[in-house]
Amino acid sequence: MKAALGALLGRELALAFRQKGELLQPLVFFILVISLFPLGVGPGPQTLQKIGPGVIWVAVLLASLLGMERLFRDDFNDGWLEQMSLSAVPLTLVVLIKVMAHWLTCVLPLLLISPLLALFLHLTADMYKALLMTLILGTPLLSLVGATGVALTTGLQRGGVLLSLLLLPLFIPLLIFATSAVDAAALQLSYNGQLAIIAALLLLALALTPFATAYALRVVQG
Amino acid sequence: MWKWLHPYAKSEKAFELCARLLPWLSISAIVILATGTLWGLMFAPADYQQGDSFRIIYIHVPSAILSMGVYSAMAVAALVGLVWQLRTATMAVAAIAPVGAVLTFIALFTGAAWGKPMWGTWWVWDARLTSELILLFLYLGVMALYQSFDDKQQGGKAAGVMALVGVVNLPIIHFSVEWWNTLHQGATITKFGKPSIAPEMLWPLLLCILGLALASAALSVYRFQSELMRREIHRPWVQAQARKEHSDAV
Amino acid sequence: MQFESWSEFWAMGGYGFFVWLAFGVSLLALIGLILQSRLARKQVLRTILQEQQRQKRIQASRSKQVKGNKA
Repeated sequence: MKAALGALLGRELALAFRQKGELLQPLVFFILVISLFPLGVGPGPQTLQKIGPGVIWVAVLLASLLGMERLFRDDFNDGWLEQMSLSAVPLTLVVLIKVMAHWLTCVLPLLLISPLLALFLHLTADMYKALLMTLILGTPLLSLVGATGVALTTGLQRGGVLLSLLLLPLFIPLLIFATSAVDAAALQLSYNGQLAIIAALLLLALALTPFATAYALRVVQG
Repeated sequence: MWKWLHPYAKSEKAFELCARLLPWLSISAIVILATGTLWGLMFAPADYQQGDSFRIIYIHVPSAILSMGVYSAMAVAALVGLVWQLRTATMAVAAIAPVGAVLTFIALFTGAAWGKPMWGTWWVWDARLTSELILLFLYLGVMALYQSFDDKQQGGKAAGVMALVGVVNLPIIHFSVEWWNTLHQGATITKFGKPSIAPEMLWPLLLCILGLALASAALSVYRFQSELMRREIHRPWVQAQARKEHSDAV
Repeated sequence: MQFESWSEFWAMGGYGFFVWLAFGVSLLALIGLILQSRLARKQVLRTILQEQQRQKRIQASRSKQVKGNKA
């Protein structure tokens, strides 16, 4: 079983790296959205610092939605998913591996580029530290919950807008707690509470969403 | 109880039950809702702080309560549909969602129309208003998901999953928004003095809640019947029913 | 009755615009929902009847074919 899951992860990563163009799209989108804000609201460091955490988090939400759309699409179209749901490996674990691979290939680059964007938006070192912590805890949550929404819209012709309609309301708590953690860091306050809540949400999602996603995949396969 | 309930999983029995319930539900809904509204608008005393503007309560509070009640009804139907694989239950999800969305819209709109004279603005990012707005998005998501499936069987199940995901998230969203709101602006405008409501004001309110609940039930039942017919288009009883209703209409 | 006259009733103590706006839009929304439900039901009925006609035509042409083959 372990070998099978390892092979699965290897396959996912290999597939992702073979399509470098698609891999880069969310990253470029992320940088572009964030560099639009200083142009839109003016280059004053104080304004930018104030809206910075919110801007970065909203951009992360949108960029990860953009990358997530094709999480199951190709595997659904070429019948791989159907085979997988018949194999001995539980579909829940397959889903978990796919989400992990997606996080490693699509979301981790966003995290790696984030110091640069923190500079763009004049975040202080404390704020950046808090931002990074919320990103590390929060983005896996995004991917897990997102996978459920993606599974529900897999196989639909016009899934893109629908996906945002389904998922963005669900991400609101994460956005609230993450930005407030960074705001607290800006005021030199403790933000352990917010991090703990995000971690709790992550664990809840880790426990529940793989089952919901696997079920949704079975539904769309008819 | 199962023995009694089980036949209603069959579509024809469910349709018959709905047909029997529908007239009672609609007539009592109209009578009670009209009584409650007229009583509230004409005979209930004016509020000593808010004057006559408080009469918006007779539509705002019922619709707000029911927007959440209807969501839980939809989630229960979704759960039943997913756990026991009952097709009729997933049809109920699809039938209930638009009713709930309209109730949520009414709650939001009347809230805004009440907020303008009382708080001086149409919209505040108040915790309850924001939660209600997100509730509307959740309803719209369920409806849009159902609409975009050509195979309504699949669509019903998918909408059911989405309804359940929403019901798990609703408390989290509500809690987070409440926390966010107190953090950002403090409860200054939203907590206007809330005197315990006088019985002359309370009775029409209770009537309005009951009436709107009955109206929502009647509409859901009616839409559920249509959904049943749409999905079981080839069954003989559906075709007989369609001929009957068509000749009634003509 | 809380109000002395109809005009007072419509004015709602100066809040008439907001009260009637709220009730009017709510009523419209409910009526809209009812109309939409009626329309959806009519459409379902129409589809079912069309489908029935189609089945009848298919059967008619089939039985005609069978007769033709016999002859």
